[in-house]
Amino acid sequence: MDSMTSATALWGAVVVSGLYHGVNPGMGWPLAVSAALMDRSRRSLWRALGALALGHLLAMAAILFPFGALLFLADWQRAIQIGAACLVIALGLYLLVNRRHPRFLSRVPPSRLALWSFLAAMAHGAGLMLVPIYLGICQTVDTDAGHAAASTLMTDNVSVAALVALAHTGAMTLAGGVFAFVVYRWVGLKALSRSWFNLDVVWAVSLVLVGGLSLATV
Amino acid sequence: MNLRPDPTFHATPKLAMEAPAETLAFTLMLSPDGSQPDGLAVVDVDPKSKTYGEIVHQVIMPNKGDEFHHFGWNACSSSLSPLSGHAFLERRYLIIPGIRSSRIYVIDVKEPLEAKIHKIIEPEEVFAKTGYSRPHTIHCGPEGIYVSTLGGGGVDGTDGPPGIFIMDCETFEILGRYEMDRGQQEKHYDFWWNLPRDYMVSSEWGLPPQFENGIVAEDLLSNKYGHKIHFWKLRERKNVQTIDLGANHQMALEIRPAHDPSKDYGFCGVVVDTTNLQGAIFTWWQKDDGTFEAKKTITIDPRPEDPANLPPLLQGFGAVPPLVTDIDLSLDDKYLYVACWGLGEMHQYDVSDPMNPKLAGKVELGGIARNAPHPNGKPFAYGPQMVEISRDGKRVYWTNSLYSTWDDQFYPGTSGGQMVMAHVGENGGLELAEDFYVEFPEGYRSHQIRLEGGDCSTDSFCYPSA
Repeated sequence: MDSMTSATALWGAVVVSGLYHGVNPGMGWPLAVSAALMDRSRRSLWRALGALALGHLLAMAAILFPFGALLFLADWQRAIQIGAACLVIALGLYLLVNRRHPRFLSRVPPSRLALWSFLAAMAHGAGLMLVPIYLGICQTVDTDAGHAAASTLMTDNVSVAALVALAHTGAMTLAGGVFAFVVYRWVGLKALSRSWFNLDVVWAVSLVLVGGLSLATV
Repeated sequence: MNLRPDPTFHATPKLAMEAPAETLAFTLMLSPDGSQPDGLAVVDVDPKSKTYGEIVHQVIMPNKGDEFHHFGWNACSSSLSPLSGHAFLERRYLIIPGIRSSRIYVIDVKEPLEAKIHKIIEPEEVFAKTGYSRPHTIHCGPEGIYVSTLGGGGVDGTDGPPGIFIMDCETFEILGRYEMDRGQQEKHYDFWWNLPRDYMVSSEWGLPPQFENGIVAEDLLSNKYGHKIHFWKLRERKNVQTIDLGANHQMALEIRPAHDPSKDYGFCGVVVDTTNLQGAIFTWWQKDDGTFEAKKTITIDPRPEDPANLPPLLQGFGAVPPLVTDIDLSLDDKYLYVACWGLGEMHQYDVSDPMNPKLAGKVELGGIARNAPHPNGKPFAYGPQMVEISRDGKRVYWTNSLYSTWDDQFYPGTSGGQMVMAHVGENGGLELAEDFYVEFPEGYRSHQIRLEGGDCSTDSFCYPSA
């Protein structure tokens, strides 16, 4: 029962963090509005959202899959979890101290939205934030599975990683898509500057929190 | 860093037009002989204020001989693109380069009436980090603050071509040169861009020996000033196309792209056509295949004049050339204002059809061998020069000095710095405001104007108005 509750909570965290990324203009939905207005075509909005989603999904996968593979070393699971939590905390602290935005992101041309979305998610540690949550989910699965064969475990972990990346990106795209469409279709771009909050500190602190929580529950 | 985007950042030109009107203007003060330090004047432009039309604060620099010319903001509406990652910058600092000294001042205008120097970048640092000299136009772009220069290295600025360098938009550190492949570009003047379409356009004046000690008549008559415009892949930092406007089109200066980024065209002003002394405006545009084209869409004729009334430089021609020295486009991309500094005229063209501009309004003020007075009876030295339009497009401000040594050649024996304003009619037309006439302090001339909260030659927009 306990593991069921914590699994639900962890999956909830995956979805909520996706929604949080999605509504943040900094993660890209205004670019979809811009694309639609520039091309005078609603289809461009969906195409841009698709590119942003693809980049984000790849960034999640690029981080989660290596950790999933590591879990194959079942004896080291605890160490991996501690290491991942420390990494997330360290990135949060770094982002708290260094408030500068990475300049290489602004060298990406506006036509390469998927690449931009991938790099932005990597640079801000969006994938890394999911790692402790993901490892937590793997643990709940493992407990249920008991003493499964190592190969089964590995397949399970990889499919969980794919599910986490998909669920998170799906939530992000849904939230960003709703915002983009409402702004494009009804409320207009005035909403952009009204709805944009500087979440840099909140983001950095939430990285530290996720890492801390995961350390406490290992 | 703000917690919300600066309220003066606007997603679209249309939103910027709907924002509250400006109440203050910042105008550069230039000591033409370098006997006094240059400065920044804060001018009250709020008609409801008791000090309307007066200089209410001055920031006087600690050095002499800088020669202020153009300047710009540390941040503008371009910050609202997620691609740049600068959404929470403040529009707070004016970046003022000295084109004679190559020194750069960063002025904090958060409290405009207590505006003060925030940072000074010494010329040696500009030279060492960029190999360029004589910094000029400022725009806020994807990688920070872009600064065009008029000179290369060496004492006279001819050791290598001039170009653009980038400054950090928070620390104001000079980061280095912009160009990775400059192609044919060897001279420089203005630049601007279309951010979502990812291209930049740049123009050419002349090299420092061609302007610092005055216009070189032989160089002009042998068409040695700039006459090309360059198109760049903005983020690739690569010159992809150069258009030669024709060698007779001497001094291709201001680049004014349509503000609405969904429009794929812009304008460039040419000072003088050496075959007939006309001034000209070219319209440039991007074609479907991604290449660019330019076509002359406005010509302004010279005015015949008795040589006895002309400065020595022009006596042989028996005519006053228009001298198109500045142009500016309203935020709705409807009216292009063209300063005819020689004639002493400000023209307003309806450019709703950019390929077919129509003269919609005109004001006569100053001018070579004309000296048309202001409607309030006071004199106007030189002619209309640096022009700035209010965001709502209803007021047009301008000053009168072109460049210290050139002022003295075209208007020998003249002095005085003035800033005036004209109202724009409901359906076009231009009428000078009798109650707005700013006289600059003794010994100072006036140059570029920046309006509080942004204006029509500072802000780059990332989203279409539609």
